[in-house]
Amino acid sequence: MYKPNMLFHGMVQGLERPFKHLIDISLGDAHRGGLQPITFVRQVISACLYPSLLDSGRLPIDVKSRARNLLKQCEGESVGSYTATCGLPKIQHSLSEFISRRDRGVPSSPENIFITSGSQQALMLVLRLFVHGKGSLQTGIMTPVPSSPLFNMALSSLGGAMVPYHLCEEEGWTLRLDEMRRALATARRHCNPMGLYVINPGNPVGQVQSQKSIEDVIRFAAEEKLFLLADEVYQDSVHDPTAEFVSYKRVLHEMGPPYSNTVELASFNSASKGFMGECGLRGGYVEFVNLDSAVMGHVYTLFSTEACTAVMGQIALDIMANPPRSGDASYTAFFEEVQNRRNTLNNNAKRVQETLNSLDGMSCQPIRGGIYAFPQLHLPARAVAKEAGVAPDLLYCMLLLEEMGLCVGPGSEHLQRKDTHHLRYITHLPDEPIVQPRANSY
Amino acid sequence: KSHQTNQCVCKVLTVDTMNSCVKKVEYAVRGPIVLRAVQIEKELKEGVQKPFSEVIKANIGDAHAMGQQPITFFRQVLAMCSYPELLDDDRFPEDAKGRARRILQGCGGQSIGAYSASQGIECVRQDVARYVERRDGGVPSDPDNIYLTTGASDGIVTMLKLLVAGEGRSRTGVMISIPQYPLYSAALAELGAVQVNYFLNEERCWSLDVSELRRALADARRHCNPRALCIINPGNPTGQVQSRQCIEDVIRFAAKERLFLMADEVYQDNVYAEGCEFHSFKKVLFEMGPEFSSTVELASFHSTSKCYMGECGFRGGYMEVVNMDPEVKAQLTKLVSVRLCPPVPGQALMDLVVNPPQPGEPSYSTFIRERKATLSSLAERARLTEQILNTVPGIACNPVQGAMYSFPRVTLPARAIREAEERGQAPDMFYCMKLLEETGICLVPGSGFGQRDGTFHFRMTILPPTDKLKILLSKVKDFHQRFIQQYS
Repeated sequence: MYKPNMLFHGMVQGLERPFKHLIDISLGDAHRGGLQPITFVRQVISACLYPSLLDSGRLPIDVKSRARNLLKQCEGESVGSYTATCGLPKIQHSLSEFISRRDRGVPSSPENIFITSGSQQALMLVLRLFVHGKGSLQTGIMTPVPSSPLFNMALSSLGGAMVPYHLCEEEGWTLRLDEMRRALATARRHCNPMGLYVINPGNPVGQVQSQKSIEDVIRFAAEEKLFLLADEVYQDSVHDPTAEFVSYKRVLHEMGPPYSNTVELASFNSASKGFMGECGLRGGYVEFVNLDSAVMGHVYTLFSTEACTAVMGQIALDIMANPPRSGDASYTAFFEEVQNRRNTLNNNAKRVQETLNSLDGMSCQPIRGGIYAFPQLHLPARAVAKEAGVAPDLLYCMLLLEEMGLCVGPGSEHLQRKDTHHLRYITHLPDEPIVQPRANSY
Repeated sequence: KSHQTNQCVCKVLTVDTMNSCVKKVEYAVRGPIVLRAVQIEKELKEGVQKPFSEVIKANIGDAHAMGQQPITFFRQVLAMCSYPELLDDDRFPEDAKGRARRILQGCGGQSIGAYSASQGIECVRQDVARYVERRDGGVPSDPDNIYLTTGASDGIVTMLKLLVAGEGRSRTGVMISIPQYPLYSAALAELGAVQVNYFLNEERCWSLDVSELRRALADARRHCNPRALCIINPGNPTGQVQSRQCIEDVIRFAAKERLFLMADEVYQDNVYAEGCEFHSFKKVLFEMGPEFSSTVELASFHSTSKCYMGECGFRGGYMEVVNMDPEVKAQLTKLVSVRLCPPVPGQALMDLVVNPPQPGEPSYSTFIRERKATLSSLAERARLTEQILNTVPGIACNPVQGAMYSFPRVTLPARAIREAEERGQAPDMFYCMKLLEETGICLVPGSGFGQRDGTFHFRMTILPPTDKLKILLSKVKDFHQRFIQQYS
């Protein structure tokens, strides 16, 4: 994931370049890209860190009361104390209410929520439960292609087998059941598929699944006895006004029995994405649905060995789940900041898509959600000829970096259909005008 | 194909289909006794009558939970890092502002909300390397060998992952002290590695005898491939501070037997006893000359959770690798990238720990005063704990030379042992559960850390404030005497 940065550092040391600074639009990191943190979040965190600020006139009244409430929840009233293994109970509670509101009232129980160091730790925790065995007994997890390189790395580092299912680019990166069945049947010959990993909204492809598509996937998981892993960290980043994020949990619930009380599901979310963008604070969570209670005991014990999630990350989650409301002192400013952020991201997604589609040799499916554009590169035959063993899209990225100072990600990091090439651009930046002319002229 | 809707309701993930190694994982510090303590707290809140009014969690090494105050300077800098508008606030001293600016410069987009490089923020790693050099009398430290981690636990587990390989008789064995901090046993169980126990000598203040290391190793070689030796210094739960001679002996042993050394040094500032001093493994290694310093492979671990900081909730830590094979190091660097990066506030805090206020700087005198007060208070409570526990017939407590715990041995009557066994409980768990139910004091039974067969212990932190600690200790005394009487 950080290869472009290393490439850059390797190449640019003291050399004359035709550009002033590097623009890195390859990584899913909003703050690094120039987005400002939400004021309310940082005010609350600073007051929790240094409670003397609570006596100053510096901070709005709702910041102070939120900080005071949070500090009361902490042992010794300090954010330096460990919390309970699964997180501060009050924050688990906020999250369960957030989930329930989001899902139009589907009940959510705090005991099923584990607060983790980013969604990545949650994913790894769940994978550690599953993954074991060798040879034909090796646990397999169905994974979308194009995929999340981080998930693939996590899976392989734990000794799991990837069972790739290709998303359909021509249909806007949809999940196709026929493809999933094919992938599963093939995989069963050489491993033991136990889980199905879906990313909605998609990373890097930005599709937003329809309710029907989610139902189909749930039915498929039930028939084929697969544990569903629903990575929903981009749920707050839906750009297309005709698309709507619907959670796997809500759809599962609405399908009623037998699905709703049998299909096993783990849903993942994080404070790293969406309007918060607080990647560095490491706040995420997993919510389990229909998890076997004996297994739950083992999950708890396993997770307890890691003590607890960093308290700053937990606080970020609390604010994500339970933001200022209308009437609160910080509400207006908060609402404005969030709206600006959302508008910027929505406009950027639109502009990036239009621009990329206007370029010869590039085509980009509608970016319905997520934070990336994943256009296909239609490269001239010469470029495709393998040069020095470098994948063509990586070569393109390296040239773009060297000549234009623009850093994008190669599609090969995500895997893709054979003989297709893609690029990954983040759509997250406030200073789009600088980026686009460079991309155009290249 | 028929789509069945009333199929068998057996789940995909059950105790039979899950990763069986996970089932072997235990972690007493947050285990069954703590779960019961939390339940009791709920009952108290609901108004249930008990012979006590509060639960005292003396099970976990959490100083702030017991009222220890954070270091002012650290919190000032961190507040400004999280809300940079505060940089223009007059209440904060200039040196704190300077540190905050420097840290923010090292962050993407000048925000602690950006991911850092997986290995950690570069300027922080540089500061850690400088700290290590100063601490170790000039022994060079390369920032590239420093990995910032999510608490020390993250680094320890990562290293164990790298070390564990092989099958059957060639399966990796990892040597660990008994008693040990149960993160090690938990990680080894999950990895399916072989835990090779070496016993610390209770009669000699939990010291480490190389002859015992030799015995353990010889035994282990019959059934596994021992590759690593873990040592916790100052010790947890035992609190012993190893002598310099002992550290040299261990290094010599590791060199001769080709073992990778893992030195858990998170309590390095928590040294209380007269005549005891912390010697870092790295420093001793280099002072032993090139025969050892250029060959022995070592990983040292540190954390922001203990010492005088007590900032457990930040999950800050680092590890330094010494003489690591470059290809293995490349794998290590790849492995740590899977978890993205450690929490940035914890990295910022670690920067301050290794780069605290210096003489002449505005915050220096307050910083020194606070640090001294905290450490001397801990020393006093360590002494008090040992003293009072040793007045109880049937309880024998070694001097608490360092760290944050007492680990006294308790002599249990045969009847009590039998009753525990009938209930399927370890006798010291039986003892500690009763203590919890009768006094509200939560301790961790020695069986959670490992102990010689037939001996029983408990681990109790020295962290409650002095007055409370005295009350606690007298309640433990009373309970013990009642218990002995009841089961004689």
